[in-house]
Amino acid sequence: MKSELICITCPMGCRLSISGRPDEPIVEGNKCKRGIAYAKDELTNPIRMICSTVKISGGIHTIVPVKTDRAIPEKYKFQIMKLINGVEVQSPVEMGDVVLENVFDTGVNVVVTRNM
Amino acid sequence: MKSKYDIIVIGGGPAGLAAAVEARENGINNILVLERDVELGGILQQCIHNGFGLFYFKEELTGPEYAQRFINKVNEGGIDIVLDTIVTSITVDKIVSIMNTEGKRDISAKSVILAMGCRERTRGSIAIPGDRPAGVFTAGTAQRYINIEGYMVGKSVVILGSGDIGMIMARRIVLEGGEVKAVVARSSFPKGLTRNVVQCLDHYDIPLLLSHNIVEIKGRERVERVVIAQTDEHKQVIPGTEKGYDCDTVLLSVGLIPENELSKLAGVDLDPKTGGPVVNESMETSVEGIFACGNVVHVHDLVDFVTEESRRAGRNAARYVNEEFNREGEYVSFSTSGGLTYAAPQRFRYSNLPDKLDVFMRVDKVYQDQFVILENEGRELARFKERHLTPGEMVKITAPKEIFTGCEGKVRISLVPRGDKT
Repeated sequence: MKSELICITCPMGCRLSISGRPDEPIVEGNKCKRGIAYAKDELTNPIRMICSTVKISGGIHTIVPVKTDRAIPEKYKFQIMKLINGVEVQSPVEMGDVVLENVFDTGVNVVVTRNM
Repeated sequence: MKSKYDIIVIGGGPAGLAAAVEARENGINNILVLERDVELGGILQQCIHNGFGLFYFKEELTGPEYAQRFINKVNEGGIDIVLDTIVTSITVDKIVSIMNTEGKRDISAKSVILAMGCRERTRGSIAIPGDRPAGVFTAGTAQRYINIEGYMVGKSVVILGSGDIGMIMARRIVLEGGEVKAVVARSSFPKGLTRNVVQCLDHYDIPLLLSHNIVEIKGRERVERVVIAQTDEHKQVIPGTEKGYDCDTVLLSVGLIPENELSKLAGVDLDPKTGGPVVNESMETSVEGIFACGNVVHVHDLVDFVTEESRRAGRNAARYVNEEFNREGEYVSFSTSGGLTYAAPQRFRYSNLPDKLDVFMRVDKVYQDQFVILENEGRELARFKERHLTPGEMVKITAPKEIFTGCEGKVRISLVPRGDKT
């Protein structure tokens, strides 16, 4: 199976052409070895940061921004949005306050990203 | 608010905040920051995505977190903040006229720092034919609705322009349950950062239609449909390639313009290439004691570089107020050619140069394996190796002061391919 990826480890943006097994990919088009590591991570365990907002009462706005404090497995990206959209907090909150703990048992928390 | 300040900063976004903090750290304790929004932080407050701070803080922050760090510093004292206030004029004598719900008044300063940022180009500036229904937004306006005010802009969206904000909004809309039919761009390469093409579009299976344009918007009350067609190498529509897309919303991510109405009132010279003030090595404009920094000078793609540039403005405004500013010698100007579209700062006085001078530039198209070469009167001063250059990513060189020794007139900056042994 052949697939295409753009490596985003650096601004070069090498176009990778990948074949072979996901855990031992054969990578072409990479200008350095970081391209191989990138391809392997993307094929075996892709992870993403998720940034969104949650409802807040008593603040200067009606929503406040949040993020995952680390990247979560890519497969949870829409499921975590459902959890985030169910959260409501009360002002005041501070940058770093946890609003969702250990989502999907990944050890990742969702935290507020500003004071409000 | 007092009636006299050492430094007045116009704008409380990332540029204004960094300049104010740096001026205070250089001994000025009588600073005013004027902001027209109801809070500090500027556009960072609506940029809730991560990717900020990798250069400056060496960690990956969201926009609000990046802003919060500077807001916390500003609040440490010595800086008055006045929010919800618009500046109506600035004079050459540094009288700043303001207006808010309490009325109008004039405040005077020894030095002014312009940090008003930029604004988005709109549908009017790119002339899309068709109806004029509701549902056409600039990407930044949509970002404010979704991320600050909590309103979704539509259910199915077509985005015109491959700028960063458009791509970031594409991902945001999909995460919030909307559908993005396509991101459409006239150019043959994305205008924004590669990492945004991958992280915002590829990861969410959003089609990117390069060399395409919207040729018609249809709809009575609300957008109902857009017609998209392919474009040729001159960005002209190829007849017969038109295709309809049903959607209720169109977002425009078609460029940013430095916001310089106040700079013009103050008599500051503007550079037609950047749309911002001509600045020197100290970020001082053509009017003595008026400094400028951030997107009001030239549109940056990374806030980290805005911070660095703004600290330079703040530090030098402090030197100006403390009468430590050096004005010996003639100006030397940068002139760009061979693929480089502008350089900022535009000029310098050797006597006033720091040990290292950062010069920002942009290229007109994608280049691989180049040298950025600086020359003065036929003499090469320095060359900097660049592997990959694209219009979406600013070029930054850090030039040691010594290389400019003895320079007069113009320093020419150009690109030369690395293959050619010139």
